[in-house]
Amino acid sequence: MSSYNNNTCYDEARRVAIFGGTHGNEMSGVTLVNLWVKNGTEIQRKSVETKAFITNPKAVEKCTRYVDTDLNRAFTPENLSAPEGHDLPYEVRRAQEINRIFGPKGSPDAYDVIFDLHNTTSNMGCTLILESSKDHFNLQMMNYIKKAIAPASCLVLLNEHPLLKYSTSRSVAKHPVGLEVGPQPQGVLRSNIFEAMRVILKHALDFIQLFNEGMEFPPCMVEVFRALERVDYPRDANGNIIAMVHPNLQDGDWEPLNPGDPLFQTFDGKTIHYQGSSTVYPTFINEAAYYEKQQAFVTTRRETLVASAIRKA
Amino acid sequence: MDCVSLPPLSKFAICGGTHGNEMTGIHLLRHLQKHKVEKAGSVSITTVLSNPRAIDACKRYIDTDLNRCFTHTLLRTPITDSSPYELQRAHELNAIVGPKGSEEAVDLICDLHNTTANMGLCVIFNSTDLMALHIYKYIKSKITSVPVRAIDTREPISENYSLDSVGKYGFSFEVGPQPNGVLRADVFNVMKEAVDLTIEWIQQFNSGVTFDGGEAETYCPVNKVDYPRDPTTNEITAAIHPELQDNDFKPLQPGDPIFQSFAGETVKHEGKGLHPVFINECAYYEKRTAFILAEKITVTFPSICVKKDCGV
Repeated sequence: MSSYNNNTCYDEARRVAIFGGTHGNEMSGVTLVNLWVKNGTEIQRKSVETKAFITNPKAVEKCTRYVDTDLNRAFTPENLSAPEGHDLPYEVRRAQEINRIFGPKGSPDAYDVIFDLHNTTSNMGCTLILESSKDHFNLQMMNYIKKAIAPASCLVLLNEHPLLKYSTSRSVAKHPVGLEVGPQPQGVLRSNIFEAMRVILKHALDFIQLFNEGMEFPPCMVEVFRALERVDYPRDANGNIIAMVHPNLQDGDWEPLNPGDPLFQTFDGKTIHYQGSSTVYPTFINEAAYYEKQQAFVTTRRETLVASAIRKA
Repeated sequence: MDCVSLPPLSKFAICGGTHGNEMTGIHLLRHLQKHKVEKAGSVSITTVLSNPRAIDACKRYIDTDLNRCFTHTLLRTPITDSSPYELQRAHELNAIVGPKGSEEAVDLICDLHNTTANMGLCVIFNSTDLMALHIYKYIKSKITSVPVRAIDTREPISENYSLDSVGKYGFSFEVGPQPNGVLRADVFNVMKEAVDLTIEWIQQFNSGVTFDGGEAETYCPVNKVDYPRDPTTNEITAAIHPELQDNDFKPLQPGDPIFQSFAGETVKHEGKGLHPVFINECAYYEKRTAFILAEKITVTFPSICVKKDCGV
């Protein structure tokens, strides 16, 4: 990356991967990638080599999130540099393999862009997940996608918080892009969710093609939701949950949560209210996979980021 | 029609977690156990978490679907250490709330389930079961927050493979939509209301109230429809069509769209006009079922009251 005449220059994004099945029961990505592994015409662009890839085949086969450990948390420096061996958890071995093929993470040989396809049981609609506010290439891509699908909506979740950020499979690439579409139950394939994900990827690849052809993208403003903190369910001394996401909050992803608003409902029917001091925008509300990660929802705040003009180097 | 008089219901069992990832029943039972709900008037209440290992793993089942293990044949087949876990558990449950077909069996079983399909509250039973039919009628008259419907399995008791067939009378509550592994407060509140109303009905029945018969609309499953599949790999090649998705119980006519292939083509319904249910139920992909077609049938049933000389 370099700067020239107020443009930020990035290398051509020649090698792109689309990951599905990072969680084996998130069916849109599994289905799309399987389709494209068989016939990749739809994802080909003249100046881009795009590889569709199932990251966690054992989990996909069992239609389960993971076999030993969450693959989408497994790409830590410790795991990637651990000595190889069969006593390593399956997903750690997978992470090392993926790092060999698409990385190494952090090196000049790593893939340019990786799209990682996910579903959520939360009512998040189409969400793009950004891992760095300084990745102007990604910011411009997300701006392009948002404009291309309007009036349909696609929001951007920025997960840059040192405590909340995690070592994702896509983090192997120079430009990691998470695509999270919901609501969809685990193990279920909903047609509208599947098609929405497909359309977003089409526009994303179009963007990369235009960029590689030399198009300059002028500076733009991108609204993002910056992840602040995770909020757990109320639990008893044994760790059992004692309340549920309140009906008023359920399905209210991205809507303002104001101090005093209902947050949880106990099994007895009592309401627990939000005690925070300012309005936040909750997301990942009641995601099935997050009960074990002690997360009922994540709070975010709205921010506008300025993306520099970009062009290829 | 004459009033049918039946013995009082003195033993009522509520089961949950028959599928370990259907969260409402699990948490509702834990809530009842925490509050030591063991008796309501003259009826004793047993709460049973049916499949503890599947609940711990938050999976539908460990080896095999528990809710298919309760036929007379399977319950009579001897169990060994190498028998599937759920077959062993079925025998244990048969001892706790059964034995099926015997005098010792509980009077009434209510089994709590969730579905990923948009089915509101369904009461699932065999329409020859007068208790279940009356409880359905009672609940339908009281719950207004979601649609309440009856699914009539018409399964003769011996072939009936489900846990709710172990008691002298029995039915299941099926509430959706709710993803596996998720606990929604609105779904919990509906299920809790339905269970509370059931307990209320039993107490009224036992105390001598006559419940008027009448007519009820029920949905009787006729056949299941599978997804279009690739003949070589068996993988599905289409998803439920957006116009069918979430439209459980709405009449489906020949020519209506049912699937949208991944290539964008529409597959249309060709059979009789019927009512689709369990549309896109997660657990049914492996049972080769995209949805089940049901016929709407009106059943007529008599009033019931408790047999007064039975002694409660």
